[in-house]
Amino acid sequence: MEYQVEIRVVPRRGILDPQGKAVHGALNSLGYKGVGEVHVGRLIQLELEADSAEDAELRAVAMCRQLLANPVTEDFDVRVTEALEGAR
Amino acid sequence: MKIGVVTFPGSNCDYDCYKAARHVLDAETVYLWHGEHDLKGVDVVFLPGGFSYGDYLRAGAIASLSPIMREVREFADGGGLVVGICNGFQILCETGLLPGALIRNRSLKFSSKAVHLRVEKSAPPFTSEYREGQVLRVPIAHGEGCYVAPEAELDTLEAEGRVVFRYCDASGAVTEAANPNGSARNIAGIVNREGNVLGMMPHPERAVEEVLGSVDGAGLFRSIAAYLVSV
Repeated sequence: MEYQVEIRVVPRRGILDPQGKAVHGALNSLGYKGVGEVHVGRLIQLELEADSAEDAELRAVAMCRQLLANPVTEDFDVRVTEALEGAR
Repeated sequence: MKIGVVTFPGSNCDYDCYKAARHVLDAETVYLWHGEHDLKGVDVVFLPGGFSYGDYLRAGAIASLSPIMREVREFADGGGLVVGICNGFQILCETGLLPGALIRNRSLKFSSKAVHLRVEKSAPPFTSEYREGQVLRVPIAHGEGCYVAPEAELDTLEAEGRVVFRYCDASGAVTEAANPNGSARNIAGIVNREGNVLGMMPHPERAVEEVLGSVDGAGLFRSIAAYLVSV
């Protein structure tokens, strides 16, 4: 089966996130009120052949631990959906 | 004595390292290509500065998986000397040869200037030619040099005397104002537990001749040479 995997990587809370701070300041200067903490991370999308959604998720988590996220500074979550027929 | 300098796609301080090694030590120096598995019998491996793989994903992340890094890891595990400068430090953290990580400078700006470093530890193999407490003037040039690690890891580094260089002011005082990137505890360079792997953000190879504005980086190369002839 082919799955669509979306991996969200965000700076770990409590770790200095100057990018989030800068975006926060910029939003404030645009006049947006009520903006709390801002964090900037990245989204990784990949197509993955796997036996099941669970298998796809396990492998995506392994990829995050080994490469896609830094275990010291980042957290991640993985979302797996079945690829739609003809969507490619 | 034979010195190796690894070139990754995007390395840009490999020649500086090569030149510094030749200039200071007049030792045989060879380039090691990232895609190969051959360390050519070198006694010390330099991972130079630059933007390996365009800093894609995270600085150093992709380079840490380069073919030659398998040999570098084995070399380090066997006690071989490895020095990572700037991007090389980032690569060593990404490989897990050194603890912690280097994230975006607190200022968000790429910072290229001379800074002062306090030598925290005078010991072989990397800093025997310096005095403890000596203040060096060495350039930095990085956008992602803010050293972070869990508090417990930082405490371990301190307790084991593995913080080798700290950012300081001209008088040697370790202050917030002298910290160019927000690094935890002003850390500029550390070694692994065994002491044979050094990572540092500043560029000693850019401070080895008067014409470069400082010769304070030469001590690192001389320390390595002194160690290699002693073993």
